[in-house]
Amino acid sequence: MIALAAAAIIQSMTVTNTDPRAWPAQDRPLAVELAGVSKNFGRVQAVRNADLRLRSGEIVAILGPNGAGKTSTIDMILGLSQPASGRVSVLGMQPRQAISRGLVSAVMQTGGLLKDLTVRETVEYTASLFAQSQPVGEALSGAGITEIADRRVGKCSGGEQQRLRFALALLSDPELLVLDEPTTGMDVEGRRSFWSAIRKDAEQGRTVLFATHYLEEADAYADRIVLLRQGRIVADGTAAEIKAMAAGRTVRATLAGASEALLADIPGADSVEIRGETVLVHARDSDAVARYLLTQTVAKDLEITARGIEDAFLALTGDTGSGTATTGSGTATTGAF
Amino acid sequence: MSTMPSTIAPDLSGRRPPALGGFNVTVLKLEIRRLTRNRRTIIIAIVVPVVFFLSFGLNRAYDSHRAGHGNVSAFVMISLALYGAVLATTFGGAMVSIERAQGWSRQLRLTPLSPVAYIVVKILTALVLGACSVAAVYIAGVLSHKPSMSVGLWIATGLSVWIGSLLFAAFGLFLGYLLPAENVMQLIGLILALLSFAGGLFIPVSQFAQVVQEVAKWTPMYGLNQLVHTPLLGNGVDWTWAVNVVAWLVIFAGGAAWRMRKDTARV
Repeated sequence: MIALAAAAIIQSMTVTNTDPRAWPAQDRPLAVELAGVSKNFGRVQAVRNADLRLRSGEIVAILGPNGAGKTSTIDMILGLSQPASGRVSVLGMQPRQAISRGLVSAVMQTGGLLKDLTVRETVEYTASLFAQSQPVGEALSGAGITEIADRRVGKCSGGEQQRLRFALALLSDPELLVLDEPTTGMDVEGRRSFWSAIRKDAEQGRTVLFATHYLEEADAYADRIVLLRQGRIVADGTAAEIKAMAAGRTVRATLAGASEALLADIPGADSVEIRGETVLVHARDSDAVARYLLTQTVAKDLEITARGIEDAFLALTGDTGSGTATTGSGTATTGAF
Repeated sequence: MSTMPSTIAPDLSGRRPPALGGFNVTVLKLEIRRLTRNRRTIIIAIVVPVVFFLSFGLNRAYDSHRAGHGNVSAFVMISLALYGAVLATTFGGAMVSIERAQGWSRQLRLTPLSPVAYIVVKILTALVLGACSVAAVYIAGVLSHKPSMSVGLWIATGLSVWIGSLLFAAFGLFLGYLLPAENVMQLIGLILALLSFAGGLFIPVSQFAQVVQEVAKWTPMYGLNQLVHTPLLGNGVDWTWAVNVVAWLVIFAGGAAWRMRKDTARV
């Protein structure tokens, strides 16, 4: 056991080894790994101390409102920007190395295409840049754009352009596909067919990471949801787990001398937040929490509030600061109440 | 990790980066094709210099006046070939501003194409257009029967103009990374017209006022214009011309590299 643990430690220390052939089959690196990553633009902290590990074959949604740090996170994973601190690795390599090997592709929401090239020329151009690539004709038919192959990109509809972007992203048969708000501007039908294509594709073992601000989209298509709020990962779990966390009720009470240690054994609590003398406990079984607080502690002024899932999601991700449930942050905000 | 099905573990062996940072002939071919689709660029870089030459280079006095190893008509032809080549390569380089505006350069950063390979493609494309421009003016010269110099000088001056226009491919790249796409092309036309005047492409610098002459010698087209006429005039090379060209090349290439590194804007 000790030898195994030592081997594991050595293995984890050699994560920076960039030659993929150096990896034995059973110890393949994570698809994405963020360790203590922060990013700021001037005084604005876009990403704060993010830790994230994506295994191969997962479909993961990064969910959050605009400005939560989704794009900044994705940009660092794609090597488009560098973290101020922390480490980003993709398939055990630096992002740029993974991209140069065709292991990572991305579909952006708008732009990224030359209007004066035809659809076929755009595919030819991109295909020629990879060491190995799918044949151009195959990529066109795979994305259902063979009929418009000779049309200028500038004359294609938004949906056609998105299919072209998708074709480009799959040319190199990437291990990781990153989608940034991929369905913005699509109608319901377009959205559905887009996601069924992605789903089908991911069944072959491709890792998919997508950013969205639609709760239902993350719910319907992701195996796992990473919730971002003001640059911080506030929740990470399956859709069911996130929903359970976002549902339920909040119990609020005044409790002098409250500490996280004291509140650690509250039965059924999903999260606990302490703001000065105010304690906020989020739970599905709010009765049990209320009973505990009133019988086992000196809590007073107890208040129980319920909310809908949309409200809960907004509270989890909103930036108003009046949200009642953040996981384990426990920061004291003076004067908030 | 051992509990994961082995089929899911990605096989990364055999995945390698492309040779030459992704540079290849397909890309070059497509970039040249793009350039030919831009009618305005073709007109400005190829038609305008020819029209200028036919309007101003065929003056009756020019073919009888000697200029070094040839005549004044040949001198004017070289000047206007340089003007065309400079327009062509600057436009070629500045096309990056359109690519930035359309998000294409960002898309390329998600491919194996290295920034160096991309710049090489841009420069080669600009040089192809530059060669067309020089060839068009020189062919107009041949057909007009006015410029007179030895075959060797036709080739030597033509090549000097073409290779010298590389300086302005760097200028175009710098502007392309510096300025927004909406007005970069119009602005380039204006800037190059001013620089061409200052560089003596339209009127010899010696005809300017003394103060203007002193200023003109520091502008980026001056040294290049003097150098490309040297084979014809046979008057020797002044080292300040070479310094002028090298210094501006360093400024333009350095500026382009600096702006390019900063270029992470999303569309």
